Amino acid sequence: MSSTTPTLSANAVERARQSAEVRVFEPHKVGLPPMRRYFKDMWARRSFANELSRAEMRAAQTNTFFGRLWLVINPLLLAAVYFLLVGILSGAALTPTKFAHLLVTLFAFYFVSNCITGGATSVVKGSKLVMNQAFPRALLPMSAVRTALRRFAPTLIVTGAIMVLVHVPLGLGTLMAIPSFLITMVFGAGMAMLFGTLQVYFRDTSAFLPYFVRIWLYLSPVIWTAEDMVGKKFDLPIIKVNPLYPMFVTYNDALIMDKISAPWMWAAASGWALAAFIGGGLYFISREREFSVRL
Amino acid sequence: MVELAEQEGMEPVEARKVLGIDVTDQVAVKVEKLDVIYRTSYEKVPTFKSALKRMGKGERVVKEVLALHDVSFEITHGTVLGIVGHNGAGKSTLMRAIAGILPPSAGRIEVHGRISTLLALGVGFNPALSGRENVMLGGLAAGLSREEVNERYQVIADFAELGEFIEMPMRTYSSGMFSRLAFSVAVHMEPDVLIIDEALSAGDAKFKKKAAQKMDELMGQARTMLLVSHALGTIKEMCNDAIWLDHGRLMGRGDPGEMVDAYLHHLDVGDDATAMEDL
Ligand SMILES: Nc1ncnc2c1ncn2[C@@H]1O[C@H](COP(=O)(O)OP(=O)(O)OP(=O)(O)O)[C@@H](O)[C@H]1O
Ligand SMILES: [Mg+2]
Repeated sequence: MSSTTPTLSANAVERARQSAEVRVFEPHKVGLPPMRRYFKDMWARRSFANELSRAEMRAAQTNTFFGRLWLVINPLLLAAVYFLLVGILSGAALTPTKFAHLLVTLFAFYFVSNCITGGATSVVKGSKLVMNQAFPRALLPMSAVRTALRRFAPTLIVTGAIMVLVHVPLGLGTLMAIPSFLITMVFGAGMAMLFGTLQVYFRDTSAFLPYFVRIWLYLSPVIWTAEDMVGKKFDLPIIKVNPLYPMFVTYNDALIMDKISAPWMWAAASGWALAAFIGGGLYFISREREFSVRL
Repeated sequence: MVELAEQEGMEPVEARKVLGIDVTDQVAVKVEKLDVIYRTSYEKVPTFKSALKRMGKGERVVKEVLALHDVSFEITHGTVLGIVGHNGAGKSTLMRAIAGILPPSAGRIEVHGRISTLLALGVGFNPALSGRENVMLGGLAAGLSREEVNERYQVIADFAELGEFIEMPMRTYSSGMFSRLAFSVAVHMEPDVLIIDEALSAGDAKFKKKAAQKMDELMGQARTMLLVSHALGTIKEMCNDAIWLDHGRLMGRGDPGEMVDAYLHHLDVGDDATAMEDL
């Protein structure tokens, strides 16, 4: 045990400033707390979300070498399975480019799926903290998004390697993968907040999630591409109503085809992402003060 | 209200300063006409499945519990307020409302300064993570910076005396170890307002003594404290002001001795030794 006595009041002025702070708690009629205060608090406590994600990954051992390796191998195997499956069922030619498409979009899908499943359990898992401390609860799903991002990061190496291996064209268009992924991230954050709230009200939400996610995967341009669909029975307009459709099309166009997708595709992707983020965020924040009596 | 100086056996209290200004006589917590209503369903765990079943039957199972009604009081910085009342009187509810965890259903709460809580309803800890990680997370959630938590960490760990268990997942802790760490965190966060809900009897005899000493020290610094305890002796001894809650209503406010007596009289158990004991 250490015998040194650390100085506690190193930051006296700052502490005094905080002491002068006044908090007022009043009933909420419309449901939303003062938003400026909320975001200020959230920003001030962002390191909490980081630390929570880091600690949880440590506990789940995702940050070890083999933990990271598994994050890459799992989708890789899955991609191989789908590749063969689609090849056999459709009888289409199995080109390396197709495999590359399958892999990079599958990684992106895994990211969204991790946002959803991690976000869903984030509030309920943090119940002890929610019951005992006042802090902007939206930090909990945000921490899940950070974890999803951390799990996505090692797959970028494989993405890079496969792009080189199959000689995808590289150019300015390729760079568009960055805004495309950022849009997907905003969407993922919205989903995390939406499902985080749902899980509080319906504890079986996370039990339904695997089916929901699986169906969403089949409906998204991951194991098929937009081009595959042309002239097929399933080439229905409804398939394009899927929020992940424009996100993955722009991502695939950028990474695999070195192409900038049509403006409406970008508009659709951004629109969905903003709608999910604002909708999910408002739903979460308007409900969060009820969490402490629901958990 | 009782004047500090009149209180027998109390050390003269040094002035509490914020930005060099004496805030001893300034409002710390102000509660106005507070109502808190719990809305809960009878189901233990709410599920989509049961919601569907209910919809089929067309019933709604939401029960409203009026846990606090028309509670108003005000305390100044430096007050050590005891809260007494029967089980279910609304003491924990009041503490959680003041901490900003439960939103009021009506009325208003004003808190001046930073709050640290040690609440009865399980401490704010994640059992899968180590003691060290939990201390860090608790501090960050409370709004401290990483550096500020690190500054305090060693003191917190030393005080809790958990040895190497501080690095172990908290699911491996005994309940006494749990409460030692919780107490240590709460008192070392240097809050302006410290809320302690039935947690003073934490740990073994040795730790209890240490905890009591720490409480004395905090009182010497004229910190504002809200103390909920069924150990009425503790309330009488430590507090310089008290409120008495009964079925969510404020029954009285004043000298801790008087409040405890009034409460005991109301319960009709008399000034029994068992009620005074610190169990
Ligand atoms: N989550 C909840 N949902 C519904 N009702 C609740 C909830 N928590 C507390 N209550 C009710 O609110 C009232 C006040 O409870 P509270 O926990 O504040 O009592 P208390 O004074 O702290 O009691 P104790 O001395 O047993 O700790 C009680 O009637 C209790 O049944
Ligand atoms: Mg209680």
